[in-house]
Amino acid sequence: MSINLHDKKEKQELKIGILAVQGAFVEHKKAMEDLGVSCVLIRNKKDLDSIDGIILPGGESTVQGKLIRALDMFSTIQNKINEGLPVLGTCAGLILLASHLETLPVSVKRNAYGRQLGSFVTNENVGNIKDYPMVFIRAPYITETKNDAVEILSIVDKNIVGVKFGNQIGLSFHPEMTDDLRIHKEFLNIVEEYSSIKQDASA
Amino acid sequence: MSNQNTQYELNKGLAQMLKGGVIMDVTTPEQAKIAEEAGACAVMALERIPADIRAAGGVSRMSDPKMIKGIQEAVSIPVMAKCRIGHFVEAQILQAIEIDYIDESEVLSPADDIYHIDKTEFKVPFVCGARDLGEALRRINEGASMIRTKGEPGTGDVVQAVRHMRKMNSEIRKIASMSKDELFEEAKQLRVPYEYVKYVHDNSKLPVVNFAAGGVATPADAALMMQLGAEGVFVGSGIFKSGDPKKRAAAIVQAVTNYKDAELIAKLSEDLGEAMVGINPSEIKIIMEERGQ
Repeated sequence: MSINLHDKKEKQELKIGILAVQGAFVEHKKAMEDLGVSCVLIRNKKDLDSIDGIILPGGESTVQGKLIRALDMFSTIQNKINEGLPVLGTCAGLILLASHLETLPVSVKRNAYGRQLGSFVTNENVGNIKDYPMVFIRAPYITETKNDAVEILSIVDKNIVGVKFGNQIGLSFHPEMTDDLRIHKEFLNIVEEYSSIKQDASA
Repeated sequence: MSNQNTQYELNKGLAQMLKGGVIMDVTTPEQAKIAEEAGACAVMALERIPADIRAAGGVSRMSDPKMIKGIQEAVSIPVMAKCRIGHFVEAQILQAIEIDYIDESEVLSPADDIYHIDKTEFKVPFVCGARDLGEALRRINEGASMIRTKGEPGTGDVVQAVRHMRKMNSEIRKIASMSKDELFEEAKQLRVPYEYVKYVHDNSKLPVVNFAAGGVATPADAALMMQLGAEGVFVGSGIFKSGDPKKRAAAIVQAVTNYKDAELIAKLSEDLGEAMVGINPSEIKIIMEERGQ
């Protein structure tokens, strides 16, 4: 009984940062709160202190890329991810990881499906998650992986739309636009593992 | 989900991706690049910005498709364009050139004084202006997947946008606090289907994203609209009618992100040069907000 209480407390203590400079950050916050995890919306550098994982949401990558520089968060986010901080990047977030922060060694093609008329919905497997509902909105896809350690999670119409590299997950589509929480749950597993390793190291 | 429903969800989704951002009016590819560079999340391509439409008078119509295409080629962010209220052929043309969002806009001369476009017949998304909750829900019922306040375009005076945003939010709060059996009558009063009133009652928000528009000229104006509950901001004449468009555009973008950080907005407001001159609604002849109710 005491062990259960202890476990529960640990999960509640996890704090997920969600980059909130522009885009669909509220949708990610809702998904995390539905899973019982507290979030902090990141709008400036000091918000980045003491987070256990970070989500880079959908939106416009040019805007987000500009704002993380203007608000002096760029190198802090980059260093934290390089040091192993778990990150989930969706759509614009994937582009930030690959083309701006350059922590994820893949090449990404922006607006790969064209304009809004090319946006679509489909179902496909994402790693071990079967038949996940994917929402693609003016989405990018991955044209090339530049490191053998990049694990391909998902392919749609012969294009790579999901990858994992260390603690980084990059997706072309928007799990925050569905009620299916399996990807957020999977991300939390990575966060939990990372924070327990970090605690062990500091103990 | 049927294809039509899926498309509508995707179109509402694109608006969700624009949240927390600034959509800027541009008239040339060069201006579009400046806007993108400054951090605009989308641009509105039009031949004349509202302040100049006002000055020129006469009938104002959809822009030349060639001019819009030039802007589409210049930037990678979404490109929106305006068609006249009720002018479904202008909308068909904009869909044919694969515009990302159509603004069925009171800024242009209305083509139909009774009917709006049946937006459910289109694949591309529509944003429409509204002054109150009833207008917003009527536009959503016609298929709009994004709403903005009307404000009074081309004036540089934020008072109307503030009035519309406050009105909408106070009506939303009123419906949220109603008992369920009062909602049927409310739907009749607003001239909208019951389902939408029920949605507002249950969620305390519009069923689609809601931006502020009309008269925003400074970073403080933009932050004001965000604090009043806007999910993002359209800036029309305010940027390219000002002394230093580049700097003002970037300042407004940052003010929208950090709309509660007064210290930062103070810094952003320094040395922006001349703001657009601005006119009071009492000084103007054409009241655009009254178009299309």
